[in-house]
Amino acid sequence: MSGPPFVPIHPGRPLPLADLPELDPAAFREAVVLGVGAGQRLACLCADAELRLYAVLADDGQGRLRAGCTQLASPSYPSLTPACPQAHLFERELAEQFGIVPVGHPWFKPVRSHASWAPGRDAWGRREPPEPGVIDFYRVKGGEIHEVAVGPVHAGVIEPGHFRFQCHGEKVFHLEIALGYQHRGLERALAGGPHPLSLKMAETAAGDTTIAHTWAYCRILEGLAGRTTSSRAEWARGLALELERMANHTGDLGALAGDVGFLPTASFCGRIRGEWLNLTAEVCGSRLGRNWLRPGGVAAEIEPARARAMAERVARAWADTRDAVELLWGATSVLNRFEAAGPLEPAQARELGLVGVPARACGIRLDVRHDHPHGPYLEHPMLPALAQSGNVHSRAWVRWLELNASHGFLKAALERLAQAPEEPRAAPLGPLAPASLCVALVEGWRGEVLHLAVTDAGGRFLRYKLVDPSFHNWSGLALALRGEQISDFPLINKSFNLSYCGHDL
Amino acid sequence: MIHVLLSRWRQGRRTLAYPRTLPALPERYRGRPVLRAGACAETCRSCVKACPTSAIVFGPGGPRMDLGRCLFCPDCQEACPEGAITFSDDHAMAVRRRADLVLAPDREAVLAEALDAAMMRVLGRSLKLRVVSAGGCNGCEVDVNVLGTLAWDLGRFGIQFVASPRHADALLLCGPVTANMELAVRKTYEAMPAPKLVLAVGACAISGGPYLHQEEQLGGAASVLPVDLFIPGCPPHPLTILDGLLRLLGRLPGAG
Repeated sequence: MSGPPFVPIHPGRPLPLADLPELDPAAFREAVVLGVGAGQRLACLCADAELRLYAVLADDGQGRLRAGCTQLASPSYPSLTPACPQAHLFERELAEQFGIVPVGHPWFKPVRSHASWAPGRDAWGRREPPEPGVIDFYRVKGGEIHEVAVGPVHAGVIEPGHFRFQCHGEKVFHLEIALGYQHRGLERALAGGPHPLSLKMAETAAGDTTIAHTWAYCRILEGLAGRTTSSRAEWARGLALELERMANHTGDLGALAGDVGFLPTASFCGRIRGEWLNLTAEVCGSRLGRNWLRPGGVAAEIEPARARAMAERVARAWADTRDAVELLWGATSVLNRFEAAGPLEPAQARELGLVGVPARACGIRLDVRHDHPHGPYLEHPMLPALAQSGNVHSRAWVRWLELNASHGFLKAALERLAQAPEEPRAAPLGPLAPASLCVALVEGWRGEVLHLAVTDAGGRFLRYKLVDPSFHNWSGLALALRGEQISDFPLINKSFNLSYCGHDL
Repeated sequence: MIHVLLSRWRQGRRTLAYPRTLPALPERYRGRPVLRAGACAETCRSCVKACPTSAIVFGPGGPRMDLGRCLFCPDCQEACPEGAITFSDDHAMAVRRRADLVLAPDREAVLAEALDAAMMRVLGRSLKLRVVSAGGCNGCEVDVNVLGTLAWDLGRFGIQFVASPRHADALLLCGPVTANMELAVRKTYEAMPAPKLVLAVGACAISGGPYLHQEEQLGGAASVLPVDLFIPGCPPHPLTILDGLLRLLGRLPGAG
């Protein structure tokens, strides 16, 4: 390898930009391609307004992150994607944001349909504002082929996206997913921050993942401010994160049951999900965990008496959850449908850099809580919950295993919070480290949530990047549909249950 | 089969008794803010400065608060040295007019009145909702969706979610209406048969919420369509949403 390699970076700890070697573009490319070829994962690739590219490689098995950057001389460079498919969406994203062209990208289309942030520089040479869903869709040709276009408005209470199926009868040859309808300009708004609204934006980046995104945001700020949070606050955050997982996994298993017409679990889980959300509201007043976490610690204290009362409610909600979910595994009609739908090849999942539940359902050992443990997970280890078949059943089963593990965590956390004395609220953070790079990882219920911040000389965000697990995983859904019946799309889609706004930001 | 029946017995009947009795809200739930008149020092503007969405302006009688912008975070309450702003546990907050969302210490709060008699004849006993998320974070969406679970059982009020705008009486909008969703929102509304209603749910759909300064969004449902009901919150509690729907239909005893 020519030039200095990527340097180690610790999640939640700032790396002065002076210690981040600026590689020449060829060495940067080589480091990414060789790293991913050797089994590392491209956790983040992004650009800034000054034509610098940043990459974060995760060696999950070793629990290590490495970062590198390069300065482009002009707004184009040879695309990494042909040699490293994990880069495909990142490269389209940075092209759309900054008008930087990855030359030779095999699938070069906009990601969110917004105007370039760099005035006068558009990667596609467009002069008019782009229209969402108006892209050059891949088409299968032939007299017996038909195309099905669905969305952006769907037949349910869900977020908007456009799905284009190439079908032969019922069989799906190809699915292309066009998103961007939920784009609110979140990353653009965070630049120059932190602003008074930055925390609220982290909380609403994906509203069902409030805790994971807010925790990642807090870790970035605390890292840059050089603040260590108390063990008690970290346990409370773990409690918040695992309650979020309980609520969403319970809801997902109920919805999966609904999609195969198994109504007992569907009905029960719909209600029980509310019990988990109400437990979150018990601490912070909000069912989705708004105003629980704060940079520096937590905004809502859990007094020992409250922890004990919550432990009793957790036990009741868990008994109901078990009762409702275990019905699934004894119903042959459910197993039959789950096992037959939506298989994804582990090799493809690995090649695309999938994370979270869909990755673990392919047997890929990947979980931030295990690989890059922080806070309470250093004391209460969580093992990745694995399944092997990569189909709907595997994705449901992984959720069930995780419910069990998270329940164990909740018990441990509440026990600890019931014993440890209350603490005064943490003081506001001081100024952020100037000219630094900071990366934070949190295992949200869908998978890895990554935040990356680069600060300028004044300690403001020069660039703030969020990577929701959905960003990695939407292409996994598209591939899982290949060869399947189009009528199984709702079921397979639900088994991924990805975020639209988390992707669109 | 026997396992299903046993579970059914164990899980029991869980539909809430609402509206006969109110379900218990969490102790720390933040509902309608209460503003106290005459409590503020001459030059204090702590609440105004603390509010991330500029929902508070200072009037002659004290702070005036726009619930359409409020994210129901405790920042103003914590910043206030006089206790002039407190969040109560009152969940009822829906209104028919945007201006009614502005609370002032010297003004009686207004709640949504029922539809007029002509609309009530058509929609009073059966209201079909088409929900569209237009840049929502999935927060309001999940708390709308939850009304369909057996705990809330929306269907018993004659209210239902429908898949097609052709079947819908009301368009329930979440999110600030992103530029990328404007066309889809307009088309959905056009596809609905008259008479039709528009319901704006959540801070984003009323004012843009945390995204109010962003060019990528239009500032809420009213920027695109005439809105008939505003339900504030970030997200509103399911009880606040249901309360708004029932007030609109004149279905709450003692309301409307």
